[in-house]
Amino acid sequence: MRVEQFLRDSSRRFPEKIAVVAGDRRLTFREIDVASDRLAAALRRHGVTRGDRVVVFMDNRWEAVVGIFAVLKAGAVFSPINPSTKADKLAYLLNNCRAAALITLGSLLPVARDALAEAPSVKLAVVTGAAGKPAVAGGIRFEDALAEPGIAPSPDAAGIELDLAMLIYTSGSTGFPKGVMMTHQNIVAAASSITTYLENTPDDIILNVLPISFDYGLYQVLMAMRVGATLVLEKSFAFPQAILNKIAAEQVTGLPLVPTMAAILLQMKDLKPGAYPHIRYITNTAAALPPAHIARLQELFPQARIYSMYGVTECKRCTYLPPGELAKRPGSVGIAIPGTEACVVDDAGQRVPPGTVGELVIRGPHVMKGYWEDPEATDRALRPGPFAWEKVLHTGDLFRADDEGFLYFVARKDDIIKTRGEKVSPKEIENVLYALAGIREAAVIGVPDAILGMAIKAVVVSTHAAMKEQDVIRHCAKHLEEFMIPKLVEFRDSLPKTDSGKISRRLIDAQPLEEAE
Amino acid sequence: MQIDIEQKVRQFITDNFLFREDRASLTDSESLLEAGVIDSTGVLELVAFLETEFGLALGDAEMVPENLDSISRIVSYVQGKTA
Repeated sequence: MRVEQFLRDSSRRFPEKIAVVAGDRRLTFREIDVASDRLAAALRRHGVTRGDRVVVFMDNRWEAVVGIFAVLKAGAVFSPINPSTKADKLAYLLNNCRAAALITLGSLLPVARDALAEAPSVKLAVVTGAAGKPAVAGGIRFEDALAEPGIAPSPDAAGIELDLAMLIYTSGSTGFPKGVMMTHQNIVAAASSITTYLENTPDDIILNVLPISFDYGLYQVLMAMRVGATLVLEKSFAFPQAILNKIAAEQVTGLPLVPTMAAILLQMKDLKPGAYPHIRYITNTAAALPPAHIARLQELFPQARIYSMYGVTECKRCTYLPPGELAKRPGSVGIAIPGTEACVVDDAGQRVPPGTVGELVIRGPHVMKGYWEDPEATDRALRPGPFAWEKVLHTGDLFRADDEGFLYFVARKDDIIKTRGEKVSPKEIENVLYALAGIREAAVIGVPDAILGMAIKAVVVSTHAAMKEQDVIRHCAKHLEEFMIPKLVEFRDSLPKTDSGKISRRLIDAQPLEEAE
Repeated sequence: MQIDIEQKVRQFITDNFLFREDRASLTDSESLLEAGVIDSTGVLELVAFLETEFGLALGDAEMVPENLDSISRIVSYVQGKTA
């Protein structure tokens, strides 16, 4: 089965049911189906063919849902990119996957235009909300594409389920993002497994405020389409009361969170236990919730089943804790998701006994096919499995299991920082810091933060005495996505080095901080 | 009074959020969210500022875009609360 079949099936079963609520717009499954057919036809007319990569550079809006399904119906591969991405990185991503087309917003055109100037592979830009003609070469208006009747290529012409469906970029320890390759089969397997244990039904109303450029947010879209549930798309959790009002107004049943959102919810003063009885389940992933937060969440949402989960982009989701186990082992992220296997191994790849720390290894139909055009990184992550034809995923995460096989996250093997639920490569930020005149040495570390999980901190040596924290942050904001911008900057005279002379992030961490915080 | 509130609010936003952006100013009615000036932690910082600077206590129900998502909305909200 191919992913676009989710939408076709739901449109056939529930043509008039609301599929997506975004701001004031409410669209039925049929409307999303027809709109994505038309956009798929327009993509084909403008030269997008089977296997082409199409970047979807948008915030959480209905047009992004239409865009993703249009790309799949056209037989192409979608790649969702965070809307706060800056021009130089967007250009890097467009070139990395040699994108044939870009789907974006009028308000993002200044960034998109600069990136497109550096990305010769892109033949077509589809721009929504642009008044008049799109002010970009090779551009068409999203609205025009939807106004013209069109039929997507037949499912057979689009391709088969073994085809690449998605490239989703993830931070790499090298500082350069890597494109995780997911086939239709991979996505269908992951979405089916997750909706099985969440017991999703067409009656569900899922509120998604997580960016759809982030696989956790993206899968809310895919899973809602799969089961025929309604998806309420929101752009920001900055005003949590506004989200709670929406939850009440739409009678939301499913609420996916990351720990940062949970921490913000728990800070609210007037949130009363039981005020949102329609919430059937709450999910958390990206990092484990502190047990105290789990207890308080359960108190506030007594009817909700709370799922602690763990995942990596390379297989979408690794584990989930059945809600019935939560009180007994609040620190666990559970067991392998249905139809897959998760185990803890030593450096030689041998399974270790309960209690012993080792690397989490994943087997299953949801494991990626590799990193786009990066065979070395692929070989490090995907290694020979028990069968000659199988590769298993080495997650780079250190775990242990308890006596009953429930898994616990221990640490990352590399220096990747988890902040606001997103993975950040310190190296990527350091590369940007070094581009600021006056920075002689730079290291980026994560420091514990009650809201963010980890807050990003830049520790720098500057040759400009007048350089201030704000100068460093301003520079970073010009080049990095929002969640990567350091919250803290510390100036030092020198940075600690390893014996080989490399700056050591670990040694910086170990030093006592002399900040007045 | 209004000018005083507006100056303080504008100063706070400039010092704490706006300096990051590649822009010198923000119009009074511009959405802080849409402009990418403020995020979840930014709202919490803004609320803490309003509470200490103007001696307010904001209930959850008041922390909504209608009250806080632009300079002019913040000013009229603070005015209403302190009047």
